[in-house]
Amino acid sequence: MAKVLMKGNEAIGAAAIKAECRYYFGYPITPSSELPEYLSRELPKVDGVFLQAESETAAINMLYGAAGAGARAMTGSSSPGISLKQEGISYIAGAELPCVIVNIVRGGPGLGSIQPSQADYFQATKGGGHGDYRMVVLAPDSIQETVDLVIEGFDIADQYRNPVMILGDGVIGQMMEPVEFKDPPKRDLPPKDWATTGTKDSNGRKRVINSLYIEAEACEQMNLKLQAKYREIQKNEIKFETFGTEGAEIILSAYGITSRVTKNAIKILEKEGIKAGMVRPITLWPFPYKEFEKAAEIDSVKAFLSIEMSMGQMVEDVRLGVNGKKPVYFYGRAGGVVPEPLEIVEEVKKILGGVK
Amino acid sequence: MRDDHRVHVITGHYGSGKTEFALNFAFKKAEKQDNIAIADMDIVNPYFRSREKKAELEERGIKLISSSTGYSTADVPAISPEVYGILQSNKYEVILDVGGDPNGARVLGRYFQYFQEDNYNMWMVVNANRPNTQKSKEVIEYINRIQDSSRIAMTGLINNTHMIRETSKEDIIRGNDLVVEVSEITGLPIVYTSVLEEVVPDLPKDIKGEIFPISLKMRPYWL
Repeated sequence: MAKVLMKGNEAIGAAAIKAECRYYFGYPITPSSELPEYLSRELPKVDGVFLQAESETAAINMLYGAAGAGARAMTGSSSPGISLKQEGISYIAGAELPCVIVNIVRGGPGLGSIQPSQADYFQATKGGGHGDYRMVVLAPDSIQETVDLVIEGFDIADQYRNPVMILGDGVIGQMMEPVEFKDPPKRDLPPKDWATTGTKDSNGRKRVINSLYIEAEACEQMNLKLQAKYREIQKNEIKFETFGTEGAEIILSAYGITSRVTKNAIKILEKEGIKAGMVRPITLWPFPYKEFEKAAEIDSVKAFLSIEMSMGQMVEDVRLGVNGKKPVYFYGRAGGVVPEPLEIVEEVKKILGGVK
Repeated sequence: MRDDHRVHVITGHYGSGKTEFALNFAFKKAEKQDNIAIADMDIVNPYFRSREKKAELEERGIKLISSSTGYSTADVPAISPEVYGILQSNKYEVILDVGGDPNGARVLGRYFQYFQEDNYNMWMVVNANRPNTQKSKEVIEYINRIQDSSRIAMTGLINNTHMIRETSKEDIIRGNDLVVEVSEITGLPIVYTSVLEEVVPDLPKDIKGEIFPISLKMRPYWL
């Protein structure tokens, strides 16, 4: 397929089909609705199933069922809808089911606004549902990267038997950009010999998909197994973009669409003689703590600034990475307001004036 | 620029660039006239709608009719009753910025009595880089469905083929080939080829329709 111009939500749907996802369960909500709209039209053309569920709770449990049967399946929504899915996400993580969940974040809390936001960072990365679980959280900053990560996301999910979240925001969902559909890096994916297909597994045991462990010790063993898997993911799957850190006076950190604003601010700062570097986490979990630690050790770096469309969430992980070596500041807009590059420029000047 | 009718209806597949064209068209008209009105009738898109450019429009003396809810970012399919006013009064030259697809065009149906043969323009904005409007058959299907749901006949085509900031003359030429084919089959004239200002000097001579240079009004400068 040659380069085409697509809206983020449509492109996510097209990428899922390219990744051989054939099942989508969901319920429409602005600003993510073009995703179910697109798949309701396109999935039947490839013998797939699109099902508009009666609620988000139903949709996430349908996803559990499809993933448990070994199918590549997806759901998507926007913030309030993702909140409704949290119980199911915890069960999916507990039953170790591979699937992709899309959150096109909007202003919150509550019904909030339909404008873009990044205030679901905590929910996505720290576990919005109950229990000790993790999702791989991928945060693209362009439509091209969105498509690439959706396609790779299905492979990551299958490789580790774990849910993967695509954390976009309203701008990612709604904006249009040129995009092409490429094959992901090749991975050796394990056979799904655990899927409930009606046959026994390779050891002759019945296949059961469940997250219930009645004995405490058994439940603890399950948790230890999950933790070992999470350590493996932390070792293998961290993604980030970093530039201009050597000789920088300040390191800016941002993810998703905010990083596009920030990159523009860095150019303006450069023209004004201020050198700012950037660390952009692409995986929010596992988080690239080491990159922040490395940047904090650079002598010229006086401070860090985390820029978010929230009231301060990722900044906590930035602080863990910087680990007290340099001061970490925060600048955020909330409720659906996207910061302008000049706001960031002003904030940087204020910080550098203070720490010099 | 053409100076034929008082009412211009901008329609097309969503993402084809209707609002960018409509805003540029309004700005251009307003350079010579002070009676321009634009009605944002988009009930499909929640973002990137002309109502977000209220200040810039009013600065140029352009009357903006937005949603009757008064919110610039609400997701409510509410059309202002003021639309009747600008259609009934001869005072304004009117641009109707309609939402994408047949779903978006449905809002026009209630105004069909104001559209008589030869008293309006209804243009189909075509972007050959959108996955669903790359072939003439697909574009014609959209034209037919938009006409059906709006109850108004299309009067012309606009080649607005682009890749946002990556647009090159090859995009325009590909779009030209497409609208020429659509025009041959449907008989609809190619009214404008709308092109980013900076790409205009690269264009070959045989591009159909009046070249209409535009600048990006809806896209944030940092994106």
